[in-house]
Amino acid sequence: MLGVTKVYGKGEAEVRALAGIDLRVDEGEMIAIMGQSGSGKSTCMNIVGCLDAPTSGTYLFRNVNVGELDNNQRALLRRHYIGFVFQGFNLLARTSAQENVELPLVYRRVPAAQRREKAKAALQLVGLAGRESHKPNELSGGQQQRVAIARALASDPSLLLADEPTGNLDSARSAEVMELLVQLNRERGITVMVITHEPEMAEFCQRTVEFRDGRILSDTRKPS
Amino acid sequence: MITATIIMALREIRRNLMRSSLTMLGVVIGVGAVVALVSIGRGATESVTASIASMGHNMLTISPGAARRGGARTPSTPFKMEDVTAIQNDIRGLAAIAPTGSRSLMLVYGNKNWRASVTGTNEDYVRVRNYAVAYGREMSAADVRSGRAVCMLGATTKKELFGSQDAIGESIRVDKISCEVIAVLKPKGEGGMGQDQDDLVIMPLLTFQRRIAGNRDVSTIYVSVDEGRPSSLVKDQITSLMREKRRTARGAEDDFNVRDMAELMATMESTTTALTALLGAIAAVSLIVGGIGIMNIMLVSVTERTREIGTRLAIGATGKEVLMQFLVEAVMLSTLGGCIGVVLGVGGAGIASKYLNIPFVVVPEIIMVAFLFSATIGVVFGFLPARKAANLNPIEALRHE
Repeated sequence: MLGVTKVYGKGEAEVRALAGIDLRVDEGEMIAIMGQSGSGKSTCMNIVGCLDAPTSGTYLFRNVNVGELDNNQRALLRRHYIGFVFQGFNLLARTSAQENVELPLVYRRVPAAQRREKAKAALQLVGLAGRESHKPNELSGGQQQRVAIARALASDPSLLLADEPTGNLDSARSAEVMELLVQLNRERGITVMVITHEPEMAEFCQRTVEFRDGRILSDTRKPS
Repeated sequence: MITATIIMALREIRRNLMRSSLTMLGVVIGVGAVVALVSIGRGATESVTASIASMGHNMLTISPGAARRGGARTPSTPFKMEDVTAIQNDIRGLAAIAPTGSRSLMLVYGNKNWRASVTGTNEDYVRVRNYAVAYGREMSAADVRSGRAVCMLGATTKKELFGSQDAIGESIRVDKISCEVIAVLKPKGEGGMGQDQDDLVIMPLLTFQRRIAGNRDVSTIYVSVDEGRPSSLVKDQITSLMREKRRTARGAEDDFNVRDMAELMATMESTTTALTALLGAIAAVSLIVGGIGIMNIMLVSVTERTREIGTRLAIGATGKEVLMQFLVEAVMLSTLGGCIGVVLGVGGAGIASKYLNIPFVVVPEIIMVAFLFSATIGVVFGFLPARKAANLNPIEALRHE
């Protein structure tokens, strides 16, 4: 995975959310993106996650120039390579955990039987075996976030993007979720990118990139 | 994928059962109304044609007196037997001709009295008027020629005079004469105008003229036209023949009246068909209103589920797939409503036809049309909300509260 320059703005009354950024993330890395709100970290995440295209500059995802893809092609890229975990969990309400996890597989046209199996395995991996039929409102925040992680995992992504995954959780649950992400990174070799503003959460990652005013302020690696 | 989408749509409909049913209601009422009204209309048409056909097949009636609308009929000269013979000889394409004379008279059998219409006619009358003998022997040509005192009773008349007793061979008194019952007719039911066609006595015309009327007049002449021969043509021929025979001055109004049953039937049929079409069209408007209801709810639903749409887009749904999801949901709503509407419409038509005493007709074409129309409404009115959902920006949708 190779990230190059990304400049982002909007017309004349432009907001320079990203004012020229060079970033390279290698496969298998676990990286924390830090910064205050408005520093451009979410914008960066949207571009990395192929939700948005850069205004100028080039973003290469697995040697594909994302900036040249249309909405549809980017959707297909997300479907097959990227998993998302959101601060607000974004689970489908009144839908069981099992079905929530199956959702990305539905879009990948996985047959129903295989879908059920994979979703079950993913839920087991996040430690929610036996809670398949629970609806989101019957689960605690930490459990909901783990369902969301299971959903991101179910489609075997090579990149997992987590936008403040611990923002709505207390510190004990936060640590659990982070440990889970670390485990996935180690055991499965999934590239994990976590946005956070809590330094304790960044501690879980080998590499920390700090943003300020649309620029990269620092890029530090922990000696491994 | 399409089955998964349908399952997803059904789940979404079930999730908001109350709202979904209210949304469907518009389509249910629309489809139900169309199906019910058209079915009832067809039933009414059928009952009208059936009762007109029961009055006589391919029949013309020629009666003295001008056909004045609204006004009283001017008394006019009755026909004579010569007129009947002239028609018989000069007009081609007649299957049968039955001259009649008739009067409402008191009938007596034992201690029972009953007033009924007594018709003197010939042996063809039964055929021309579409009667059939239930039991006994039909009045023969010999009976008619020699003017025997025999009679055939309609089903109602027989019941009133004899009850369940056997009538054949008994003598009843018709006015001043005694008359042997030789046959009882099969019941025919109500005529096109609601009169009882089974309350009558038929006897030879000669008997009627000599012993009851005391003259040689013929009042109404019934003519049955050959199958395949246009009755309107025969009608015109008879009209000009009668004008000639009766010496009607050129330019003067006819002093008799030829009525064509086929014409009457066509008029009645086109009236009921037009009425049915009108009612159906009004009902179809409510279908469109139902469609707008679906669009309304779907738009609300898209706004409500913006975050869900954002999530779906983020995890890899394409805009087209989101569009399909909402479109399928709208179509499911409308076709489900259509199904319920068809059931209710057919059921309602069944109950109504029983109540209105008309035949219950299921019209498969209209059911198909109403159903397809409801599906189309789902597509048309579901498209706008679905497109709105598909065009959402995933980032903004995810941020939506």
